[in-house]
Amino acid sequence: MRRDMLQKLLPFLSLIALFIALAIASPYFLTSVNLSSVVRQTAVINIMALGMTLVIVSGGIDLSVGAILAFSGVVGSMAMVAGESVWIGVAVGILCGLAWGALNGFLTVWLNIPPFIVTLGALGIARGLTLIISGGLPVSGLPRELTFLGDGTVFGVPFVLIVLLICAVVTHVVLHATKLGRYTYAIGSNKEAAVYAGIPVGPYTVAVYAISGLLTGLASMIETSRLMTGQPTAGQSYELQVIAAVVIGGGSLTGGEGSVVGTLIGAFIMGLLSNGSDLLGINPYLQQAIIGAIIILAVALDEARKRKFSTA
Amino acid sequence: MLLELEGIRKNFGGVQALKRGDLRAAAGEVHALIGENGAGKSTMMKIIAGMYQRDGGDVRWKGQSVHFQKPGDAHAVGISMVHQESLLAPHLTVAENIYLGRETLHGPLLHKAAMQSSASRLIEENNFPLQAHWKVRDLSPAQRQLVEICRALHGASSLIIFDEPTASLSESETVEVFRIVRELRQKGIGILYITHRLVELAEIADKVTVLRDGDTVYHGNYKDTSMDEIVHQMVGRKVERIYEREKLTPGKEVLKVDIPGAAFSIHEGEIVGVAGLMGAGRTELCQTLFGVTPSDEGEIRIEGRKVHPKSPREAVDAGIALITEDRQQTGLALELPIRMNITMANLGAVTKAGIVRQAEEKTVSERFRDKLQIRAASVEQNAGRLSGGNQQKVVIAKWLYRDTKIVLFDEPTRGIDVGAKAEVFALMDEMAREGKAILMVSSELPELLQVADRILVMRGGKITAELPRETTQEEIMHHAAVGN
Repeated sequence: MRRDMLQKLLPFLSLIALFIALAIASPYFLTSVNLSSVVRQTAVINIMALGMTLVIVSGGIDLSVGAILAFSGVVGSMAMVAGESVWIGVAVGILCGLAWGALNGFLTVWLNIPPFIVTLGALGIARGLTLIISGGLPVSGLPRELTFLGDGTVFGVPFVLIVLLICAVVTHVVLHATKLGRYTYAIGSNKEAAVYAGIPVGPYTVAVYAISGLLTGLASMIETSRLMTGQPTAGQSYELQVIAAVVIGGGSLTGGEGSVVGTLIGAFIMGLLSNGSDLLGINPYLQQAIIGAIIILAVALDEARKRKFSTA
Repeated sequence: MLLELEGIRKNFGGVQALKRGDLRAAAGEVHALIGENGAGKSTMMKIIAGMYQRDGGDVRWKGQSVHFQKPGDAHAVGISMVHQESLLAPHLTVAENIYLGRETLHGPLLHKAAMQSSASRLIEENNFPLQAHWKVRDLSPAQRQLVEICRALHGASSLIIFDEPTASLSESETVEVFRIVRELRQKGIGILYITHRLVELAEIADKVTVLRDGDTVYHGNYKDTSMDEIVHQMVGRKVERIYEREKLTPGKEVLKVDIPGAAFSIHEGEIVGVAGLMGAGRTELCQTLFGVTPSDEGEIRIEGRKVHPKSPREAVDAGIALITEDRQQTGLALELPIRMNITMANLGAVTKAGIVRQAEEKTVSERFRDKLQIRAASVEQNAGRLSGGNQQKVVIAKWLYRDTKIVLFDEPTRGIDVGAKAEVFALMDEMAREGKAILMVSSELPELLQVADRILVMRGGKITAELPRETTQEEIMHHAAVGN
């Protein structure tokens, strides 16, 4: 049992080990400039990963988050360029994400298509539409106030960190203390049991994807604020990093398992890996390969833990 | 009367699962519902519980005609069901599963403390070996059954339906379930108890209803009924003889099995039948012989040579083929053409210099198509598009081409029509005449009696009787359900 606990803590211990190793390897690592840059870099992936946690716990998957990020960012930017306030622009971006998420959930439930296929299709559609409405060009001329979202600080703390923490706390409460969260676990754990318990599985599934979309919409506006343009090509392969963060944090692609804390740890491990590679001058192409290898390793370890557990 | 069912009808596609389901259950009584596999027991229960909608007939709850549209409706009036297959969420705790779908709320949040403590109280009151905070995936099948029972008890039920609750339980766990059922009866709760283990009736039944082929054929007090009468009612249908098999003189011994729970042999030209109820271990026996779940103890000999297949591959190399009970899952590659399915187990024979010779493959598969009269326009047609009978013939062709000495048939006639059944039997006979040794697992007793030379009866994972070809259905059922 203690061994099991140890293995459950593995992601957290890895994060600590990585942190210490980087602090020793690079004198620049522990500077506040670098750490706040890690936070800012990780925030977008982190916020998306919170939504993905819900989706994965419910036994689903969302491959379209990167494309939704680009779409929402571009549409939100166009609203601001057209003269709407920053508030309205951000709201438009978030609503776009919400709409895409709800559509994904709705198609999964209504057409009874596996979410892998629905969201793969949505990825293509959202990417295509983004390029059409933007003409393939970045949307520029955004109001200066928008920079605060991605780069502002409150009492020296990066504003995105505050946004991330609020999102994390809310998601954690939703997942562990509300009906929605309970049913998300139940559906992912045994969908049939959920149906037989009288749970309206369809609407809850739609809600899960909608929340994931909403958080992606929020992330898109942070990304936009950091780039100060609406980039139609933003978010390429983000789905890989987002899913990786959830899985490294203990989420199971067969559903029923995953947690907000785990996902945050997973996302920060990825963030530190990328930051560390930059600091140590590791080839960015190699970085990608390392991340891929880490995903496989994390899942292999988790599977080994589960197998030991089930035969014990 | 708590619950009355009258003339309930239910069709699934063209199949009539229930033709005339009658049932009357009173409070404070254990009402046993028995019948063979497919007699309509589960369908009837699911109609009562609101999972299926009836096509005709009347359901009355405490004298009022009712029509439950979903599981929640039946639960609302006080009917709950303890499911046979565990319908629990393994990642959630015992308390979370008990409250699944009917959580106590505290504003928008779950009132976890309240649910936890009332689940603990429920467990304590019933003396169950459970803790409310345990995860369901760590529980034994018996403990999971207890969680299901807690779910049923939690709703302050007046009627609880048990769907074969002891199917996956050990002897001592079964006794525990009986104790709980008796306590519930004591409290004045009505119990509907589905089972196919007749021994259990003596333990708990007050009333008995027998279903056969979708009809209620018997209803009465348990103590006024003899076991023979019940068995007779269960299997009472007239035997349709669709095939007559000539008795052959068996040749030398081909397969000799001596593993825990199963000792038997099969000779050349023999078809040995295996009867037993669902869960008696028949499929498991086939899987052990075929190396899917190898046995560590005992020995298996083929033509005197000791073998120990640890995988299907090794079993096939040793000369054993298995035609599985689920051809869609394990018998066929549905998306591939007939041609590829037939050569799948013997691809080496049509491969030269590492290249699969498609022309030869085609010739071979066309030969089998004609020989087995597989009704398909071309061997390029996908196996998934064939009828059940023709799919089964493709599976048989696959193993005929591999030409193993021993062929195990697990439910060879499941889901195929009468004409195709006769053809399958004729093929089995021909294989026997060619000197193969055949094992045939079947739930269809009339078919076993028509085809098999001898019949092994299994119960609780063991062979408990070996009966001659001239035996009767009653005799087989007696050994399968009651024992000695």
